[in-house]
Amino acid sequence: MSIKTSEAGNKGDKIRSDCWVSLKVGDGIKGVNLNLESKVKVLYGDSIKDLIFDMMKFFGIEDVEIEMIDTGALPFVIMARIEAAIKRLGLDKGKKYLPSWEYEFKRSERDRFRRSRLYLPGDQPKFFLNAAIHKPDGLILDLEDSVAPPAKDAARILVRNALRSIDFKGAERMVRINQLPLGYEDLEEVIPQKVDLILIPKVEFPEQIKEIDRKVDEILKENPDTFDPYYMPIIESAAGVMNAYSIAKASKRIVALAIGLEDYTADIGTQRTNEGRESFFARSMLVNAAKAAGIQAIDTVFSDVNDMEGLRESVIEAKSLGFDGKGCIHPRQIRVIHEAFAPTEKEIEKAKKIVLAFEEAERKGLGVVSLGSKMIDPPVVKRALRTINLALKEGLINENWRDEQ
Amino acid sequence: MKYNYKTEINAAGREVLVEINGEKHIPFKGVNKHKPTGRKAAPPIRSCIDYPWDGDKRVESIKEALKKAGIRDGMTISTHHHLRNGDYVANMVFDAAAELGVKNLRWFPSASFPIHAPIIKHLESGVIHHIEGSMNGPLGDFTSRGKMKGTAILRSHGGRYQAVQDGEVHIDIAVISAPCADPFGNANGLYGPAACGLLGFALADSQYADYVIVVTDNLVPFPCIPWQIQGNYVDYVVEVESIGDPSKIVSGTTQLTKSPDRLLIAEMAAQFALEAGIVKNGFSFQAGAGGTSLAFAVFLRDIMKKNNIKARFVRGGSTKYLTEMLEEGLTDYILDGQTFDLEGVRSMRENPNHQDTSPFTSYNFHGKGNFASMVDVVVLGATEVDVNFNANVVTHSDGRLLHGIGGWQNCLYGKTVILPIPLFRDRIPVIVDEVTTLVGPGELIDVIVTERGIAINPRRKDLINAVKGTNLPIRSIEELKEEAEKICGGKPKKPKLGEKIVAAIKWVDGTVIDVVRQVLD
Repeated sequence: MSIKTSEAGNKGDKIRSDCWVSLKVGDGIKGVNLNLESKVKVLYGDSIKDLIFDMMKFFGIEDVEIEMIDTGALPFVIMARIEAAIKRLGLDKGKKYLPSWEYEFKRSERDRFRRSRLYLPGDQPKFFLNAAIHKPDGLILDLEDSVAPPAKDAARILVRNALRSIDFKGAERMVRINQLPLGYEDLEEVIPQKVDLILIPKVEFPEQIKEIDRKVDEILKENPDTFDPYYMPIIESAAGVMNAYSIAKASKRIVALAIGLEDYTADIGTQRTNEGRESFFARSMLVNAAKAAGIQAIDTVFSDVNDMEGLRESVIEAKSLGFDGKGCIHPRQIRVIHEAFAPTEKEIEKAKKIVLAFEEAERKGLGVVSLGSKMIDPPVVKRALRTINLALKEGLINENWRDEQ
Repeated sequence: MKYNYKTEINAAGREVLVEINGEKHIPFKGVNKHKPTGRKAAPPIRSCIDYPWDGDKRVESIKEALKKAGIRDGMTISTHHHLRNGDYVANMVFDAAAELGVKNLRWFPSASFPIHAPIIKHLESGVIHHIEGSMNGPLGDFTSRGKMKGTAILRSHGGRYQAVQDGEVHIDIAVISAPCADPFGNANGLYGPAACGLLGFALADSQYADYVIVVTDNLVPFPCIPWQIQGNYVDYVVEVESIGDPSKIVSGTTQLTKSPDRLLIAEMAAQFALEAGIVKNGFSFQAGAGGTSLAFAVFLRDIMKKNNIKARFVRGGSTKYLTEMLEEGLTDYILDGQTFDLEGVRSMRENPNHQDTSPFTSYNFHGKGNFASMVDVVVLGATEVDVNFNANVVTHSDGRLLHGIGGWQNCLYGKTVILPIPLFRDRIPVIVDEVTTLVGPGELIDVIVTERGIAINPRRKDLINAVKGTNLPIRSIEELKEEAEKICGGKPKKPKLGEKIVAAIKWVDGTVIDVVRQVLD
């Protein structure tokens, strides 16, 4: 046997909170030899060494040369990088070195608020660690567009480990998988990690959802303790827009439809403008399809991270079209999105009246809710309750608002 | 190697040197416990008859000026850092000293920067015996490895003034780089290619040194106005081609940090100041140009606008953000200690309410009061904070010298001191059991703001009560420490340090609060 080598991870001047590892096995290599260069060698060098030796034992690798350049990677990152390098050598024997669960995760509610969802590039751990402190409604560990093809396998392991190790602080735990068939491998890795929601890219036909459903059913059978995930298909083409309703109805796991306008505008042969006339039909269609299916409609990302006023206007427009949420690519966008989706004073006042009327009707055992001479339909009541909840969440009213009426 | 140090345990429980480079020093006695007595130091008596009647004190080179000032082995030579990482003068001074063949000098800079890396060759060759000032970058590394002949001493800006005034440090020759000067020696930092704003760091040196040399690349005919440095203190004026690299002295425009985490921490700190009732009409705050500190000022500006609040004064380093606040009427005055961008320099030149200050006005321990203690809210950085709120600003968690003290210790006297810091940097916990080096006693540090919660010093019951019932994420510092350790994967190991003491850290009153030991590779 000659020498075989593999590497995984990232190194370089701009890399932080990550590590790069190379493994060498074959003729003349005896024992586990480690060459560790670490930014935190004084503080954590010994524990990094212990971890590496434990992993070699776990995978039954007795003769190997290991080189690691560490820029302050947390243990779950080191584990993922080493496992990826081992897998690339074909020495993993189908085993996974899983970090222990660090936090308890509760299943997210089906109709929870999904105003903001922050994309995190799946192969860049430095963005994972503090994302939740910016309080998005959802955090997306992205395995699709933000991960280069040669890094897909390593990112998948990293994202799997992150789902077990990072405190999401109440944000919905989302993963965007790759298109099928690559997406199947993603599902196998992430579904057992109590992921709340899977974003499915470039959905054009309901059959794509059904294929994913079959795979998820299979994985769930083998992993009874994990969560049955929700889906958020992303519509990014003319065909997807035309099939939006049947896509929305394709699985009971779907809780929202999202639109991705970069690819959509290319598909219809035009370009994105700030005004957005070219996408008005698609966005409206998507909102209608989602609402007809009883799920949420989520708008595309706003990509100029320096233009907060533009973002605010874009969210207000999205809200007026019927969207429930917006994608974001920078933590500073989250607050602006939440503020723009917050109900106005007028909306709150109206909602308060409706909710009080509804509660009054319930107390009196009346079948119908009425406000003055007007009858109020159940969807309006539901909407009003949601407005009140959102106002509470944003601190616009306090818990005992009823007493203040 | 064994070292025979004379040490004592000081009031903070740290083993410190009582003799440094052959001179006696006093261990830290506790905050506000040490008070030197007697009379202040003074420079020798000079008479005008020994100086040119036409006021022209020019000599042809730095070397010539040093020679005329009688440079010899073992002297103390001071320089200043108002040209920051663009300063050419300190290097020129020691190159000249080396040519003159003198040895064992004490370099007494107000701070050093990476541009001073060439000083290392003079430390190696014995031209310089040791540094008393700040050490960062290559000089910090050199010192940390125990390569300096003598023991370094680090002082705050105020402590530097104190040491000069009470005679702890006698400056033989002060060399002041001046962006603008006249042949008499009047100088300021407002005009010229190397304009840096103000020259306050050189004030003590001009008044107390035996000899004072002004070096400029922008000589104007008498009078140079305003005279931030008075020519009446100056012995010689030297004209050189360039005193510094303008692009590294001040930035064209100061950029606000783009780090969402830092912005969040700064925003939380500003919100805390508001909800604790500190931000109100007529209040004052101190702001620096560092990432989080600057962002704090920017968020404070938004808060002040929204709530129609106006400050009486802002103290600290000025940037375009502060000058905008001055121009928008959000503060009556800027009391500027260091100017960080061209807008700051312009404003100081044009706006009488943008006042230059010095360590004498702001920080000096032997002044009859100083400004630092009059500031309502101060935000500062730190490399580490421990569960007793003690903080470190000079060494990295692995024991390496990293930063100078600057005005940091002096600013701790502000009425409310907030340290907005991340819970961890990469994998390095910032909140720890015990700081590697003690620089700031916990009793002066009031609030730690991290991205994962805010800890209030239990001594500040007033602040704890003031923010009760708000939505601020108040937690205990122990909780924050545990969270940092959990995220970073356990308690960090303590660095193994050598026996050799490479530096002593002074408290603002001149006592020794801690020492720094050699870093082993």
